[in-house]
Amino acid sequence: MLHKPFAMVALLAASCGAQGASDADLAAIRGQIDEMKKTYEQRIAALEKRLAQAELDAQAKPAAQAEARPAVPDQQAPGPVVAAAPTSASAFNPEVSLILQGQYVNTKDVPNRTITGFWPNQLDNLRGFSINETELVIGGGIDPYWRGRAIFAVNDGEVGVEEAWFQSSAIGHGIGVKGGRYRSGIGYLNEQHPHQWDFANAPLMYIAMFGPEASFREDGVQLKWLAPTPLFLEFGAEAGRGANYPGTDRNKNGVGAWALYAHLGDDLGVSNSWRAGASYLRTSSDSREAEFYDINGLPALASFTGDTDTWLADFVWKWAPDGNPKYQNFKFQSEYFWRKDKGSLNCSGLGSACDPLAAGDSVGGDYNTNQRGWYAQGVFQFTANWRAGLRYDQLDSGVQDLGANAANLVVEDYKPKRATAMVDYSWSEYSRMRLQYAQNKSMIGITDNQWIVQYIMSLGAHGAHKF
Amino acid sequence: MIKLLMTILLAAASVPALAALQVFATVPEWGALAREIGGDKVSVFTATTALQDPHRIEARPSLLAQARRADLVVATGADLEVGWLPLVVRDSGNANIQPGRPGYFEAARYVTMLDVPAVLDRARGDIHASGNPHIQLDPRNLFRIGEALAARLGEIDPPNAPAYQAGYKAFAGKWQAAILRWEKEALPLRGVPVLVHHDSFVYLAHWLGFKTTGTLEPKPGIEPTSGQLSGLVARQQGAPAKMVLRTAYQSDGPSLWIAEKAGIPAVMLPFTVGGTPEAGDLFGLFDDTVQRMLKGLR
Repeated sequence: MLHKPFAMVALLAASCGAQGASDADLAAIRGQIDEMKKTYEQRIAALEKRLAQAELDAQAKPAAQAEARPAVPDQQAPGPVVAAAPTSASAFNPEVSLILQGQYVNTKDVPNRTITGFWPNQLDNLRGFSINETELVIGGGIDPYWRGRAIFAVNDGEVGVEEAWFQSSAIGHGIGVKGGRYRSGIGYLNEQHPHQWDFANAPLMYIAMFGPEASFREDGVQLKWLAPTPLFLEFGAEAGRGANYPGTDRNKNGVGAWALYAHLGDDLGVSNSWRAGASYLRTSSDSREAEFYDINGLPALASFTGDTDTWLADFVWKWAPDGNPKYQNFKFQSEYFWRKDKGSLNCSGLGSACDPLAAGDSVGGDYNTNQRGWYAQGVFQFTANWRAGLRYDQLDSGVQDLGANAANLVVEDYKPKRATAMVDYSWSEYSRMRLQYAQNKSMIGITDNQWIVQYIMSLGAHGAHKF
Repeated sequence: MIKLLMTILLAAASVPALAALQVFATVPEWGALAREIGGDKVSVFTATTALQDPHRIEARPSLLAQARRADLVVATGADLEVGWLPLVVRDSGNANIQPGRPGYFEAARYVTMLDVPAVLDRARGDIHASGNPHIQLDPRNLFRIGEALAARLGEIDPPNAPAYQAGYKAFAGKWQAAILRWEKEALPLRGVPVLVHHDSFVYLAHWLGFKTTGTLEPKPGIEPTSGQLSGLVARQQGAPAKMVLRTAYQSDGPSLWIAEKAGIPAVMLPFTVGGTPEAGDLFGLFDDTVQRMLKGLR
């Protein structure tokens, strides 16, 4: 075949290079010649084998230029220093990846699923087999000054823009600017997408804070500053539209929500690292609506207008023997939140306690709450493939002052709780299967034993994950 | 309030002007090379140790803090650090170390890559599009990398450029002599068939001429399976490998199992600086690598 002479030429060239390298030591070369004769025979055999393989590959995929590299030129071959091919991060510009996620859920049938004692956001009552939104991620450098990323959530009949932002890469001085739609940097879990979670669902406190989506997403701008200290010290500030719960969209100029946060972190020895954070989020609502129940058990519509302050504290600690997390590692994370609503509540609903004569009346009054909650979880990876984890959630409905509407609407004093255990198996970094059990007491009078089998698969570019 | 805080911190930050050039090395071998070339002109931070799998590093807060203050990032490239370095560089808020700037150096760009895949498909495991990234184990690669690194250090820190050139020249002279010594010592390794845990030693094999006849991982990045291991033991009948190699950061279980079943020695190689007590610097790394392999042959 044509390849053979080519391989011989390449070998010749290679051997010349090798001699050039050891020119200084002729005696050693003489001693090597016999050895080399033997190894060349083996090398030729190996090269022939590789050529045969390359031919097979070329047949299987004629377009692939498998024969382009039949022999590797020797390292010592003289010549100018030439940059090798660019790395694949820029070869795949933009980087594209796709996240496939779905589950089987076995749970009680609770049609009006909410969290007792908290603003009644309607939650999913999904049972049996289902798939989550399929996430399509496209990102890359825009030019030397900016980079961008968009995450589309594809669902039946709709495509949602989960995130779409640009980020600075050339400002320097520790400053980072981000603009567009992004997951806010408050808390620890808020920035993480569901496929990065260590459990199949979000902590209860994230659902209480931000509704079914369990993350505060913002259309706005973010400014971050990393201090030039050996200790990790980062500050962030955000201003945005604030259209998502606990805020609402409002038809006005200006800022609808703003956030401030600070993060601190470091290593302890080679095996431990940690990060702690504190965050503040201010949102505003104009007629935030939800279905309450009146004192007679009839549905009534309530709408809140006012401001919400949320404070968050988060802590993450990771351990791995010698700092090598591949085979064994442990991750502990815990977050605490405290939230205050301050404003007015308007109650209506034909025939309800707020409008008993069905005359289109409504009752307005103060609405003040002061609520809190926390979770703590630990996940232990005990082999390269297996992990197991425990999580405990608890909320406190705290103060719910409904003013004039206290006589019309039912509010429950309750401490929702949930305990969760999970075990998951990863074939590689890109595929994971999880079994999760939870005893969920997030609704008064209901103990829900939930079983979830979940898969998470990702294909395409290798996305780096935050700490 | 935050503005005031930032002003104060900015003012505080600008006071301690750091004397030495701050080098952020992703792996120990480049940290060691930067020290050889830069001497006391550089202050080197090494992000990982030889006991850590460079493919699986977390973007720890401490790494962000170090990258923020770095004048130069020295990475392997070829996707070795793809799981953490892009994030660290991006979130560091340090414009000088962004890819494409002089403060971002990728060693793999200066050597000829081996095992460049013809087809990119994850069904073949965690393959690297630009080739096998474990380039440090062919010591001849360090000439080109060292030369480029010295030039880059000089570009970033022009007043000390002659010192970096001199540092490289001194290193290259010692290195040339050491390579000849290692090549002579390692002659018995030519053509020796070996098994490896992961394709970590492609460049070492290319240099010393030993043959890799099998990997314990069924596919790159996939943990060894019992099926793969028994298959390798069965193959020992026909084409017996002489030893099984692993790095300091890989678990010893699979190679010890093979070693026992096949009656061959399991040899742990330092893989990079600090992988064994003897591999204290780049010279120690290859001294110890050659000695350990020769011991495995006996």
